Amino acid sequence: MLFDQYQPEDFFDEMFASGTDVRPHYKAVGEALNDVSADEFRSRQTAVETAFMRGGVTFTVYSDSQGTERIFPFDCVPRVISAEEWDVVEKGLIQRLTALNLFLHDIYHEQKIIKDRVIPPQYLLSAKHFRREFMNFEVPKNVYVHICGSDLIRDRNGQYLVLEDNLRCPSGASYMLENRSALKRTFPELFQSAGVAPVDNYPTELLKVLQYCAPAKFRGSDAPNAVLLTPGVYNSAYFEHAFLARQMGIPIVEGRDLLVRDHKVFMRTTAGLVQVDVIYRRIDDDFLDPSVFRADSLLGVPGLVNAYRSGNVSLANSIGTGVADDKVVYYFVPKMIKYYLGEDPILPNVETFLASEPKDCSFILANLDKLVVKSANEAGGYGMLMGPWASKEEIESFRKMIEDNPRNFIAQNPISLSRHPTWCGDKFEGRHIDLRPYILCGEKTVVTPGGLTRVALRKGSLVVNSSQGGGSKDTWVLKD
Amino acid sequence: MSPPAREEYARHEQANVMLARVAGSLYWMSRYLERAENQARLIDVNLQLLLDFGDVSDELLKAHWLPMVRSSGDEEQFFKLYETADSESVTEFMTFRGENPNSLMSCISNARENARQVRDQISSEMWEVLNDAYLFIQGANSKQIWHEGASAFYDQIKRYSHLFQGITVSTFSRNEGFEFIQFGKYMERADQITRLLDIKYHILLPSASDVGGAVDTAQWHAVLRSASALEAYRRYYVADVFYKKVVEFLIFDGSFPRSLKFCCQEMDHLIELITDSSPEANKAPAIERFRLFLEKLSNLTVDDIFTQGLHEFLDGSQVEVANIGGHLYNTYMYFPPVDLQAEIRFHQQQEQQQQ
Repeated sequence: MLFDQYQPEDFFDEMFASGTDVRPHYKAVGEALNDVSADEFRSRQTAVETAFMRGGVTFTVYSDSQGTERIFPFDCVPRVISAEEWDVVEKGLIQRLTALNLFLHDIYHEQKIIKDRVIPPQYLLSAKHFRREFMNFEVPKNVYVHICGSDLIRDRNGQYLVLEDNLRCPSGASYMLENRSALKRTFPELFQSAGVAPVDNYPTELLKVLQYCAPAKFRGSDAPNAVLLTPGVYNSAYFEHAFLARQMGIPIVEGRDLLVRDHKVFMRTTAGLVQVDVIYRRIDDDFLDPSVFRADSLLGVPGLVNAYRSGNVSLANSIGTGVADDKVVYYFVPKMIKYYLGEDPILPNVETFLASEPKDCSFILANLDKLVVKSANEAGGYGMLMGPWASKEEIESFRKMIEDNPRNFIAQNPISLSRHPTWCGDKFEGRHIDLRPYILCGEKTVVTPGGLTRVALRKGSLVVNSSQGGGSKDTWVLKD
Repeated sequence: MSPPAREEYARHEQANVMLARVAGSLYWMSRYLERAENQARLIDVNLQLLLDFGDVSDELLKAHWLPMVRSSGDEEQFFKLYETADSESVTEFMTFRGENPNSLMSCISNARENARQVRDQISSEMWEVLNDAYLFIQGANSKQIWHEGASAFYDQIKRYSHLFQGITVSTFSRNEGFEFIQFGKYMERADQITRLLDIKYHILLPSASDVGGAVDTAQWHAVLRSASALEAYRRYYVADVFYKKVVEFLIFDGSFPRSLKFCCQEMDHLIELITDSSPEANKAPAIERFRLFLEKLSNLTVDDIFTQGLHEFLDGSQVEVANIGGHLYNTYMYFPPVDLQAEIRFHQQQEQQQQ
């Protein structure tokens, strides 16, 4: 019924192999949804939105002075990934994060990868988030990136590609969990006999990672004291911070709740000062410690970096991981995998051109109207030129910026993201999606089966960011 | 530079650790919601009371409503927004106006905002009730409640508060946080009962004319109902409503959970818990002073109060309640903010000395 009018069109459709031919792993969901009338679907969709609003599963919009709270739009049609497909994705993500952790250790120590001329030195030394101060610093258990949220997309042939790695403070894991529980309440019948791998283990795994990376000096007999450091209640991701802290049972703290003395970090409690061993920080490097980084930061904790350097407190993620988020460094990740692991990358990059390579640069400048140009250190869909859809003025302004500072730009061919049936008011239509899985690295590296599928709700749009009209879906990984 | 003396290093015991900021937020969350409930009842009862008066003059209306605005100290703000105090202006001011820090809207927003600050500490059910209350009042306006019936609206607000208290009892672990929530509630309630009596103190005083007249009886009923106390009063005295007994009941009754004495006794018990009965903490002048006040409450009679002056007694009680609340807040819930610039300098110097 609901799928009768559905047109996959000329895209890779996650659900339909062609016309009316449903892919095997979507059969059960497709049949269950086909039994639902449009009215019924609409009313359940509304019920979910009300539940999110009531539960305060919201983010704050700052564009108006009211600080209006909005829900992150949720689409009830789940995105389904088969066990075989997931197997490849999982292996690929673990391989990639393993190489990235080795890379971070290397460039903060011997820098063999530069000496062996795999990555030209100027790229690393000019990377905005390279933290020279942390050369030869030993991070606990050698883990630099504890929490990673890579963005994956699928191209016209259904090939998974890594779009970016997000090695600093990736967000969205709470929506992965909330989406699952919302869909279970709204469409319980979809889950029957589908065999969906659970995601609820994420907070437990995250806590294990935090405890695992406690400082080497930690000798307590109990579990180490872990806290979540948030910029505060006005941060747009505050809901997520509170949610994860609650799920893990650890305190959520703001900078003003912490105090550094004798190179140790303490929180100010009703019982006095209590030492903190591990900080899951949701504040970027720059704002962590105003006595070292940005002095105007009101969010951070003076002395924190020194305490960290003294080995009295651990940070997740470590300081300086942003260097590998640089989109120029991203270009070299497949080479890192080869270099450190001697393996071929399981998940390829999107083909990328570096404006700082003269040959690539002339190609980019000649094809600005066909390419997607990105700033090396922006995220969230900002600092981007979508050539085919851009105005002449935008193109010319990017041309000038690229010529002025080629190091700061890369370009990629636009990828026709895969599409997914999505509720559009009265029927299903295809909308473009991506996937952000969550990878945790502690004693071992684990990927939560699923992740956050983001969907560009505007017809034809390729931008999935919540700030620009994106929504999300529950993401299912099927058990065998 | 050393940490404030109070911040002694505590034992490493994660389960019992509570940030001072969290304690403060729990306390304010609870106080604001309690305030909202009391305001809602007060407005509702006074709207209904007007119905007993029949046609009323503007002067009478003003005399009826203005003391309510005055009692929370918001008179100046009120006259910035409105020309006259009548049912509609006062109801709107006390319910919806964000400019009024004590309006229902402000109280519920503040309760929710404090809950949001400690979203990780309270149960989802507690949060949802506060959020529901917030969405409910956000979605309403004074035109609509006039149209659809104010009573149903204020009833709903009271119900949210009661629901919240029940859920708190059923879902919140009996740790320090619970003590701060309860302390906030009883402190606010003690304060509100003195204000409620003060609003009506002139009608509680025996006047030459009309004592025991129909209007007075209606007023006394209203006072009791504003404190949810009419039924309890009746069961206790099995008698007519009489001004002296109303005052006696709302101040001295030891078993009615909204009387001043009951609230103060609860506060006293919570102080024991919060200070862990430490002899040192209990020697604090503010605590000793509060104990004296409690003793006074046990020894005084309603006649003493009328001799002394009801208004003076209520005023004095408010001071006592605020005093002990302030002491607990400053000692256990509020930590002076760190001087960020001094901290930055301190750590930068330390860094340089190392190099």
